[in-house]
Amino acid sequence: MQEASIIRIAPPPQPGYFKRTLGALFATPLNAIVTLICLWLFWLVLKGSYGWLIARMVTEGGSTACRAGNGFCLPFFQAKLRFLIFGVYPYEEHWRAGSAMLLFLAGLGISMIPRFWGRWLLVLWTGIVVASFVLISGGIFGLKPIETSQWSGLPLSLILTTVGLALGFPLGVILALARASNLPAIRVLAIVFIEVVRGVPLISILFMASVMLPLFMPTGLTVDKLLRAQIAIIIFAAAYIAEAVRGGLQAIPRGQHEAAGALGLHYWQAMRQIILPQAIKIVIPPLVNISIGFFQDTTLVTIIGLLDFLSTIRAAMTDPEWIGAAVLEGYLFAAFVYLVFSYSMGAYSRYLERRLRTGHD
Amino acid sequence: MRHVAGRATRLFYDLRFRAIFYQVLAVGAVILVGLYLFSNVSRKLAEQNIVTGFDFLWREAGFVISQTLIDYKPTDSYAWALVTGIINTIWVSILGVIFSTLIGLVVGVARLSKNPLLAFLAFLFVEALRNVPLLLYLFFWYALIVTTLPPVREAWEIVPSVFISNSGFTIPSLNWSPAHSVVLGALILGGFLAIFVRRKLIAQRVETGVERVLWPWTALALLVPVALAILIAQPDFAINFPEKGRFRLTGGAHLKPEFTALLIGLTLSAAASNAETIRSGILSVRKGQWEASRSLGLDDRQALRLVVLPQALRVIIPPMTSAYLSLFKNSSLAIAIGYPDLVMVANTTMNQTGQAIEGIAIFMLVYLGLSITISLIMNWYNGRVALKER
Repeated sequence: MQEASIIRIAPPPQPGYFKRTLGALFATPLNAIVTLICLWLFWLVLKGSYGWLIARMVTEGGSTACRAGNGFCLPFFQAKLRFLIFGVYPYEEHWRAGSAMLLFLAGLGISMIPRFWGRWLLVLWTGIVVASFVLISGGIFGLKPIETSQWSGLPLSLILTTVGLALGFPLGVILALARASNLPAIRVLAIVFIEVVRGVPLISILFMASVMLPLFMPTGLTVDKLLRAQIAIIIFAAAYIAEAVRGGLQAIPRGQHEAAGALGLHYWQAMRQIILPQAIKIVIPPLVNISIGFFQDTTLVTIIGLLDFLSTIRAAMTDPEWIGAAVLEGYLFAAFVYLVFSYSMGAYSRYLERRLRTGHD
Repeated sequence: MRHVAGRATRLFYDLRFRAIFYQVLAVGAVILVGLYLFSNVSRKLAEQNIVTGFDFLWREAGFVISQTLIDYKPTDSYAWALVTGIINTIWVSILGVIFSTLIGLVVGVARLSKNPLLAFLAFLFVEALRNVPLLLYLFFWYALIVTTLPPVREAWEIVPSVFISNSGFTIPSLNWSPAHSVVLGALILGGFLAIFVRRKLIAQRVETGVERVLWPWTALALLVPVALAILIAQPDFAINFPEKGRFRLTGGAHLKPEFTALLIGLTLSAAASNAETIRSGILSVRKGQWEASRSLGLDDRQALRLVVLPQALRVIIPPMTSAYLSLFKNSSLAIAIGYPDLVMVANTTMNQTGQAIEGIAIFMLVYLGLSITISLIMNWYNGRVALKER
């Protein structure tokens, strides 16, 4: 009897330590070249930033030293830091704008925790907006009134973004519902509004608000410049939010509408209690992305002459005393602040996406 | 009496009546608000003695446009100035779309690289661009060109015959003439012809089952119009190389800092979002598709072209469309750094003539029209690559 021969194959050899760790970096000649080029780039960047930021840092001696030196200009920040953040807001009242900003950041922090999501957030935000408004504009509780032309810097950017999104959101939801409506006239009105606003650049809406809106108002009524920019941003935000919410509405199966109808709910009840809660939950991540985009887009108000964060920084850089001394520093500081805000919101959006993904695919 | 009230209530609960009622209400409200605003505007304009209408378009513009692709001089009309602005907008947008697609493709693929360093570098690129406002980048690139680069006299020659200085880039160029435009037109025509011929040949192959080499015919369709155009129009292909004189650069084409900064800013920001789109498109095709195509006997290139890419494109096209649209709309930020695009020219026109409503109406209509055109083209293309469901 012959035994059935079993062919045994040796297991493939395990890659050694170096091969495992460096395999991804030096597996093929091409890969090795790519790795070397990357390392070289990192080295250049590290060397450059070390030299500029630390080794050649100018620590004292005002703007002339900065112009002469070839490094990071610390005196610029020592002299200008509060102006960079608060702009032309009166110096001795900075604490008011500062605490409004803190209130806002605290509100943002609380709203980011899903456990706290609920109706009461609306109350909280109304409170924050009212309190910030009182703090920044003054005029009551013995606070010195401050005109909107002096509102500037980072607080102004945050105000424009938050108010724009907060008022744009309900408007956007209404527009999305109108666009999904089966009443043709209402649907057409919504489509025209949304597509026109989305088809033109934000700048043109800002121009319209700053140049044309005064013409549309009855004689004697003037609208504040800041308010005009804010209206433009609300309109713009509403159109983009409407498109995001429409995506959510389309994702709700017909059965939900039919079930709501079968329960005897009329249109608004069905929307408010069945459809919208589900639709909006789906579109939270895109809404966060829209918010990041709008925070960045508020920089465009520079062009119609408002002093937002970016233009405050530019104003500081073109101050006759400092002109040409801190070009790189100013822009890098602004970029850093925007980066921190946007990146953390983006990371939050990705976290939400993972959290809300309850499917099994 | 009660009977009438009952009928009125019943009428109000009639769904069809209600639908009409709400629509009439909405349209009526819009019309009323519109009329009210219109009456305000006409009263204000009458007070300020502004004559509305587009007659001003034919008056002499009188301002200089620093960079033009078509012939424009200050004695031309406002209408011609606006056309110059529109062409400048389109020019920078087209270049932006081309470069951002190429860079986006490279970075998107690099983010998926097995080499962790390269993937990390691509990640840094994308995040740095997506999280900082475009306007800031425009100011930054502009400041970088104007303040850190040497003056023209000491221009750097980064690649042979490409000079950079604080007044922008100088690159080799052709002396563009109408003859060159004819050749370019022929090239575009040839492209369409080649697509047409290839389609016909493939249809023929499917019908008859006879294998035939396709590419010579396609190449012929592409090249014949170009060759004919060159023979007939006889353009001058001598390349004009910039040369460094003692005080300035002579020859070549000069790209001003405004244009360069705008193009770099727009290109990079769109490239970052395109990279993310392309990455997610490639990831959306499951591994099984590669394996299945290999088991059908396709090699890697065929698998990519026939199986993977068509599926990835379905995911890639819609977000790419909106990236192109926002690049086009973002080109309006040119006004912040002084590139004479449509918005800037319209703004100058508005300031000089006081015709604010007309000026804004013109540039909004142009943007709207071009946006709709781009979305229609991309929707058509999307419809072609979309999943054909039974």
